[in-house]
Amino acid sequence: MKKQPSHIDKNNAVISIRNLKKSFADYDVLRGIDLDLYQGENLVVLGRSGTGKSVLIKLVSGLLKPDEGSIEVLGKDVTAISDRELQELRIRIGFSFQNSALYDSMTVRKNLEFPLVRNRKGITRSEINTSVETVLDAVGLSQTINQMPSELSGGQRKRIGIARTLILNPEIMLYDEPTAGLDPITCIEINELINEVQQRFHTSSIIITHDLTCAKMTGDRIAMLLDGQFQRTGTFEEVFDTDDSRVKPFYDYNFIE
Amino acid sequence: MDTIKSTTRPAPSRLSKIRDKISGFFIMMYRVYAFILRFFKEVFVPPYEFKEVLRQCYEVGVRSFTLISLTGFIVGVIFTKQSRPSLTEFGATSWLPSLVSIAIMRALAPLVTALIAAGKVGSSIGAELGSMRVTEQIDAMEVSGTKPFKFLVCTRVIATTITIPILATYTAFIALLGGYLNVSQNEGTSYSAFMEQVFEPLTFIDFYASLIKSLVFGFTIGIVGCYQGYNSTKGTEGVGKAANGAVVTAMFIVFIEEVLIVQMAGWFR
Ligand SMILES: Nc1ncnc2c1ncn2[C@@H]1O[C@H](COP(=O)(O)OP(=O)(O)OP(=O)(O)O)[C@@H](O)[C@H]1O
Ligand SMILES: [Mg+2]
Repeated sequence: MKKQPSHIDKNNAVISIRNLKKSFADYDVLRGIDLDLYQGENLVVLGRSGTGKSVLIKLVSGLLKPDEGSIEVLGKDVTAISDRELQELRIRIGFSFQNSALYDSMTVRKNLEFPLVRNRKGITRSEINTSVETVLDAVGLSQTINQMPSELSGGQRKRIGIARTLILNPEIMLYDEPTAGLDPITCIEINELINEVQQRFHTSSIIITHDLTCAKMTGDRIAMLLDGQFQRTGTFEEVFDTDDSRVKPFYDYNFIE
Repeated sequence: MDTIKSTTRPAPSRLSKIRDKISGFFIMMYRVYAFILRFFKEVFVPPYEFKEVLRQCYEVGVRSFTLISLTGFIVGVIFTKQSRPSLTEFGATSWLPSLVSIAIMRALAPLVTALIAAGKVGSSIGAELGSMRVTEQIDAMEVSGTKPFKFLVCTRVIATTITIPILATYTAFIALLGGYLNVSQNEGTSYSAFMEQVFEPLTFIDFYASLIKSLVFGFTIGIVGCYQGYNSTKGTEGVGKAANGAVVTAMFIVFIEEVLIVQMAGWFR
């Protein structure tokens, strides 16, 4: 289960965030964030509930607008590009939502086809079918192809959600709590899937989680969101080598002696 | 625990609650206005999503077809039946088809159709888009390179605007059929005589006014349902609120529009 060494290009940041600020009403969620995601890297973002982890990746994909600061994704500043450019950029980013966000009026097949049919003009039926089968196979759920999302378990939904984002061959993957609410075995399967995606498609990923096993298994680097800033970043060992009362409980809870 | 302190606020006083309500109303009016503006901005820009529009038209038609058929027929029969005694009193029973025709064509058919569609179609649009919003399906669509406003909102509004006039025409015929069956049973009027009397009092203004009315009603039902669903707030109760809000608001606006359009049609008579 040991993570294979990743090929990280430290000179090439695919996402580069500078002094990012975002607040809602009178609550400052993000208070000046700096973060780089390097080519080929799995970066794990840890933080308590409500610290703004989901907000962070929604800002990265342009679903929310920041109050201040810049977010450069694949060489383009998300905060300053036109709608059309943003749309083109988004196709290169895969976003796996916290609650999967499968289209519940469509079958699994239609869910997976949707991004393809919408974005690749002139694609043939057989090409679509091949792509759908490939990604379904990658997440190990070929048998569910004709089911409705409501008939799937939470873990299956998560995996279909990941498959749907993989179908456009994204260069960056954003996983929002990929293992939340799943049993340990499914968690491990998802973690392995995340690593496999990294190896197979050479994607760079941000993985948001509370689950330190997930962090340890998938992360090349960990960033911890505390009080609206990344106050601790580094390898797993580096981040948790501290007596900080805001950090230690994470470790203690996950690895009770 | 600084984060908790910063999120709890003192309980608002009654006065400030009222103030919030009033400013909330104007903020909502502005949002609706912006929503409609956005619709017109995006609807004429390609891609036009014809396939999805067609699918939505079908949905609108299918969802309300049975109920509209039933209600239309009953309205025709009942209205004819209830009008007969008053006309008989004046010895004007022979005017019954004309009266029924005017009532149905001018008022009943568009209104009944719109109210039923508001209940069946408006609520389901509100609930559908509401649950898509709440479960982040709209966000998912947006990040996968499809403009959700265009794909979800524009198509539905176009579909209701096209389909509801068609349904209203259908309702008119079903209601007239009900009226005819009742009249032929009681007065023994022949079909051709009945139809002659039906079209005799109607002018083009009646047709145009009814058509415009239905178009406006259709647009209203679509836009209100979409607005409620698309902007529904987090949480599952938001979905119920969106569905309910879609029906109540749409019906309310439909009544206002009915009054306004009847007034305006009067100027041309
Ligand atoms: N659209 C929004 N409008 C208003 N407030 C929001 C919005 N989105 C998020 N927030 C607020 O921002 C804060 C951070 O939310 P976020 O969803 O990013 O938390 P999170 O770190 O992902 O937590 P969790 O681990 O529970 O998912 C929360 O306090 C939330 O109330
Ligand atoms: Mg979250």
